[in-house]
Amino acid sequence: MAVLFAQYLAVAAVIFTVVAVLVVYAIVRYRARPGAPEPRESHGSRAAEIAWTAIPLAIVLGLFVLTVRTMAFVDAPQQPERAPDLTITGHQWWWLARYPGGAVTANEIHIPAGRRLLARVDAADVIHDFWAPELARKIDAIPGRESYIWLEADAPGVYQGTCSEFCGMQHAGMHFQVIAEPEGQFSAWLERQAAPPSPPEGLAADGARLFSERKCGDCHAVLPSDTRLLSGPPLGHVASRMRLGGDRANTPANMALWVNEPQTIKPGNRMPDQHLSAADVQALTAYMESLR
Amino acid sequence: MRNWLATTDHKRVGISYMLLALFFLLVGGVEAMLLRAQLAQPNLKFLSPEAYDQAFTMHGTTMIFLVVTPVLIGFTVYLLPLMIGARQLAYPRLSSLAFWLQVAGSVLLYTSFAAGGAPDAGWFSYAPLSETPYSPHPGLDFWALSLLLLSMGSILSAINFIVTIARLRAPGMTIRRVPLFVWMTLVNSSLIVFAMPALNAALAMLLIDRRLNAHFFTPAQGGSALLWQHYFWIFGHPEVYILVLPAFGMISEIIPVFSRKPIFGYDFMAGSTLAIAFLSYGVWVHHMFAVALGKVVLSAFAASSMLIAVPTGVKIFSWTATMIGGSIRFTTAMLFAIAFLLEFTIGGLSGIGFAMVPLDWQLTDTYFVVAHFHYVLFGGTALALFAAAYYWFPKFSGRLLNESMGKWNFWLVVIGLNLTFFVQHILGLLGMPRRVYTYPDLPWWGALNVISTFGAVILGLGSLVFVVNMLASLVFGAKAGPDPWDAWTLEWAETAVPVRSRRPLWDWKREAKRQESGVRSPESGVTASGRLETGDSRAGMGLFVLSESVFFFLLIVAYEYFRSSGGAVGLHLRETGIFTACLLASGFTVWRASVTRGRAWLLATIALGLVFLLGQGREYWGLLEQHVTISSSLFGTTFFTVAGFHALHVVAGLLALAAVWKTPKSRMLAPISLYWQFGSLVWLAIFCVVYL
Repeated sequence: MAVLFAQYLAVAAVIFTVVAVLVVYAIVRYRARPGAPEPRESHGSRAAEIAWTAIPLAIVLGLFVLTVRTMAFVDAPQQPERAPDLTITGHQWWWLARYPGGAVTANEIHIPAGRRLLARVDAADVIHDFWAPELARKIDAIPGRESYIWLEADAPGVYQGTCSEFCGMQHAGMHFQVIAEPEGQFSAWLERQAAPPSPPEGLAADGARLFSERKCGDCHAVLPSDTRLLSGPPLGHVASRMRLGGDRANTPANMALWVNEPQTIKPGNRMPDQHLSAADVQALTAYMESLR
Repeated sequence: MRNWLATTDHKRVGISYMLLALFFLLVGGVEAMLLRAQLAQPNLKFLSPEAYDQAFTMHGTTMIFLVVTPVLIGFTVYLLPLMIGARQLAYPRLSSLAFWLQVAGSVLLYTSFAAGGAPDAGWFSYAPLSETPYSPHPGLDFWALSLLLLSMGSILSAINFIVTIARLRAPGMTIRRVPLFVWMTLVNSSLIVFAMPALNAALAMLLIDRRLNAHFFTPAQGGSALLWQHYFWIFGHPEVYILVLPAFGMISEIIPVFSRKPIFGYDFMAGSTLAIAFLSYGVWVHHMFAVALGKVVLSAFAASSMLIAVPTGVKIFSWTATMIGGSIRFTTAMLFAIAFLLEFTIGGLSGIGFAMVPLDWQLTDTYFVVAHFHYVLFGGTALALFAAAYYWFPKFSGRLLNESMGKWNFWLVVIGLNLTFFVQHILGLLGMPRRVYTYPDLPWWGALNVISTFGAVILGLGSLVFVVNMLASLVFGAKAGPDPWDAWTLEWAETAVPVRSRRPLWDWKREAKRQESGVRSPESGVTASGRLETGDSRAGMGLFVLSESVFFFLLIVAYEYFRSSGGAVGLHLRETGIFTACLLASGFTVWRASVTRGRAWLLATIALGLVFLLGQGREYWGLLEQHVTISSSLFGTTFFTVAGFHALHVVAGLLALAAVWKTPKSRMLAPISLYWQFGSLVWLAIFCVVYL
């Protein structure tokens, strides 16, 4: 891909230079001089016209060949012969990722470094576009349609991603992280995410009771086995994630802010203000923090 | 004042278009400034996300439909008759109607601010984001209705231009002698006639979805999120050329005059325009490369998209070759034309990047796209328009624009343009998506964005200098005389001159110089052909039904597209067959009526038309009784849409026939007959697809 861009940039630079040199030559050499006669009449030259039709034609043919070769190399088959390694679903305005073993997560996708995963991409509401620039081509996530990409990182690390198709008010905030880790860590992560979170104790247990009283579960799943397609991100192991809402550091303070004033952090998101007391916020935050 | 409001004079209509566009240029410019202010630094809270989304949607829609389109039509309305030596456009009243449709559409679009919020789904309003569940407020209804009016106005103007060029050229003005601006207008108008109906079809379907709960674009009920994209871009890509071809025409007039040399390769110029027009219908999928469409489709559209660079390159080289060997005068008009060559080349070259599919998979929907199309539309069209304004202003007003202010105008605009948009290429490569109301504080992002905002301020100032220059020059400008640039096309002719070449005025001047006695008295009336002063309305109607047939074709395609999801239910083949025969028979009777001009045939046509409508009513009633409605299923949605639009056309035809009832000998009967026959043929197509 980078090679293709370099080739393209070189071709474009050469063409621009040719045009610019010709234009500059014309305006320097052929500026009107006082008293000069009207220039010689010329209506064109068939040979020149054919030349500057044929040469660009050859150039675009060359670019076309490079394009098709690169496409075959980087693009996943759209009717794959095997089941995908994970399914990514765009929501207004967060990303859901589900793995066949039952692991579920939001805005944070884990992959094994050095192994190519086949990801199925779709959308729950409007069109989104899944884009992790360093790892894969971008692909539109379209409701009612399955698309496939290869997701691959050569080295372990945290890679940033974003939605790249305008999808409404929080399009700008629809970020995610792809975490590439060694195989062992990756499979441990998968196992942990697929297991139900440990039961809450103390303050967290109060939070869990509030969670069900306030019907938070209508939009947020807590158990990985809960496969309903809900409008809010799953919270099963929310405390294990790096970030909150795609952007914020996942600290207890930020978690409390999310619980208390969801519209301050991501204005427009689907979570209404809950009008909670300070004690309620504390309990719910404790519950969230216990979900590891 | 009343003279202006009710005018059908092409000069006044042209000026009105241009003033309207100038007003909305200021509005769209303010919107752009708001956007750039919000983006000047990361995480600013100058605009709310809602306000930002409305501002960028309105900025795009305004600049495309309320500024560039009307200003180009305005120039053409004013200049086209003069350039080909005609007294008027073929249909003066139609051009006035088109202008008022433009006014109505523009006002309607901006009324949305008062009616609960402007549209906020971007200028291409992708479904299902633009559907009621995700955009419940009425902004998008205003958007769709307004665009329908605007696009109808554009179609009417385009038809007017084509008939004018085809029928009203002065004697001697063969099609290979018309100025290149006229060639560009001809090709451009054909693009409008065939591309705009795709937009109309998409908008009609969206409105039916939104207001009548139909399901064209709602995947949850079986509709398709992709169909909107296909229809929109079938219109949208030709639209790009619609916005740039007249600019090519302007540059092709200006560069030769200020280089004192005829255009290099007239035939290749005209021919490459035709090539662009044909290719432009076959490249729309390059807007959708991020959709997983399969390698074959992607490769085919990559190839066609790259091909279109070739005829565009031919033009750039021909303009440059026109300058080489010339004697160049650096007026402000010429400076803008030269800048156009370079800036448009950058826009063209960045465009090739998107045709290279794997690059598109990174670049599309980033700031690289924003940079690209601003180099095309600002670096291309807008610079050409500045050049055209300096060149033709003396024609419009009798006064020259001030050249020293012109130089300020030029340098501020060109420097501002490159500062604003060049850095956006880099932002796109760094991964900044377009249409974000804010962005995280990543390395370089803040710095590049503040440069872009700073450039936008300079660009805004440069454009204001132009407005000031225009107002000042109207009052204090130097008197221009009829031919200030020593030009050679007919709009600069003070009196009628005969046409024997592409540069009649130039021939005329050389002739005058040769005869030392000076100017001969001209042969009177030779430029105005006068052949078609009141308009051959059949030609216009012919183009109109061609345009309409694209609209119906796309509705029928939509029916066919959704056929698999539950086919026709409860339709009456035999009875509808009989009613179809009635309508086809009326196609014959209306032809007889237009030939014999007898009331009996007219009456028969009206009767047969009414019988058909009755039959349609029966069919609708039968479906409604089985609870098949426009919102019940995709069959209902598509059937009622296509049949309903056809029925509306029959009603319109009946009204037109009734209108000529008192004067059956009217010349209007011929075009009405054509329209009626078109209506019956459309029904035949619908009948075959839906019933057979």
